[in-house]
Amino acid sequence: MKIHIPNSAFLGNIDPFLKSFDPTDTHHLTITANKKWISVHPVVLSMIASLGIRLKPSQIKCEKLTATSKHYLERMGIFKFLGVRSGITINEHEPAGRFIPLTQIKTSKELTDFIDEMTPLLHLKPKHAEPLRYIMSELVRNVLEHSLSRYGAIVSAQYHSKNNTIRVGIADTGVGVWQSMNKSHSPKNDLEAIRLALIPGITGTTKREGGTEFNAGAGLFFIKSIATVNRDFFMLYSGKAMFKLLKRKSASIKLNADPFKDRHSSQKTLPSWEGTIVGIDISLDTTQEFSLLLDLISQTYREAIKERKRARYKKPRFI
Amino acid sequence: MINIKLSKQVGTFAENKDIARRIRLEKILPALKKKQKVVLDFEGIDSTTQSFIHALISDLIRKYGTDVLSKISFKSCNPTIQKIITIVIDYMQESEY
Repeated sequence: MKIHIPNSAFLGNIDPFLKSFDPTDTHHLTITANKKWISVHPVVLSMIASLGIRLKPSQIKCEKLTATSKHYLERMGIFKFLGVRSGITINEHEPAGRFIPLTQIKTSKELTDFIDEMTPLLHLKPKHAEPLRYIMSELVRNVLEHSLSRYGAIVSAQYHSKNNTIRVGIADTGVGVWQSMNKSHSPKNDLEAIRLALIPGITGTTKREGGTEFNAGAGLFFIKSIATVNRDFFMLYSGKAMFKLLKRKSASIKLNADPFKDRHSSQKTLPSWEGTIVGIDISLDTTQEFSLLLDLISQTYREAIKERKRARYKKPRFI
Repeated sequence: MINIKLSKQVGTFAENKDIARRIRLEKILPALKKKQKVVLDFEGIDSTTQSFIHALISDLIRKYGTDVLSKISFKSCNPTIQKIITIVIDYMQESEY
């Protein structure tokens, strides 16, 4: 596998980075980076860490970084994760900023502890902490329950003061969305599987409307809705497909049950990622009150179920 | 009547679905079987997730129908928690559960 850390890769411009990832030769990982400057979304680091954690340090080749911003990678803990020496020294008196370094979460208890510790690290007000811990809980629980990955979820986050945004990245190397959805549905490709996963009330655990006792198929829809309302980016990449919710332009807020009706971009021929990656930005300037968001979600959810019921409704045939 | 104080087990953010399921199986269901009314007490909890509430109550509606809602009360819920509970109960009733 080969991965090149570019000078810039955030959710808005991440496509070239994803296209450049080489997933062949899963027994070796070669990491190269832009020589002058590295400024990347935490999701990039979560991806690299989740690839590296499956390998021994001897199987990882990381070129010596020369970019002036290389300290960011050290701070986020990427080299510790990979078990390779960076040669970068951090002056402990430097301000560390507000970030959550790469963290591996493998159990439900680890997730609960992580959420408790996360909010103080980012110095968030309750209004901002609420959607963030909601997102972390739902996304990481998805990994723990559905990915079947022995390595769990690799998460990281960073606060960017320039645009007052928290960026979150979660990666796993599990079975991926297509395989999860294919247990109960028949998505024809990775992108169709992602679409199904984002529609409220559809879960890979059952064909039944309303889900099972443990899964409703609503978690990703809630998260996409948080991003829609707050005009944030949201990206889901699995297999060869990627769905990216683009920032809402219109002033009026409309949540769609079908993600393809949202303002979005998608790819379906990317290098195959064996697992699932989610990146999300949470802009603190535009964060709406969580309870207002729930009103919108409630309305959309109800309409979606009614619409699917209507689609299944059969009329008598009189001949 | 049985009063189940959730914060003792889930802290201020009720998100652990495993605990939700355990509470349902070990406390709510046995009480309902004994024809007791159940109060789910959210005092001390400031937020929750849809997944937690789903794991806590959806199977009760599936097993007993919506009549079970006349035997369960939700106490000390702030507006956010109330809305999440309402969403779960709404979609369970709209679905064919």
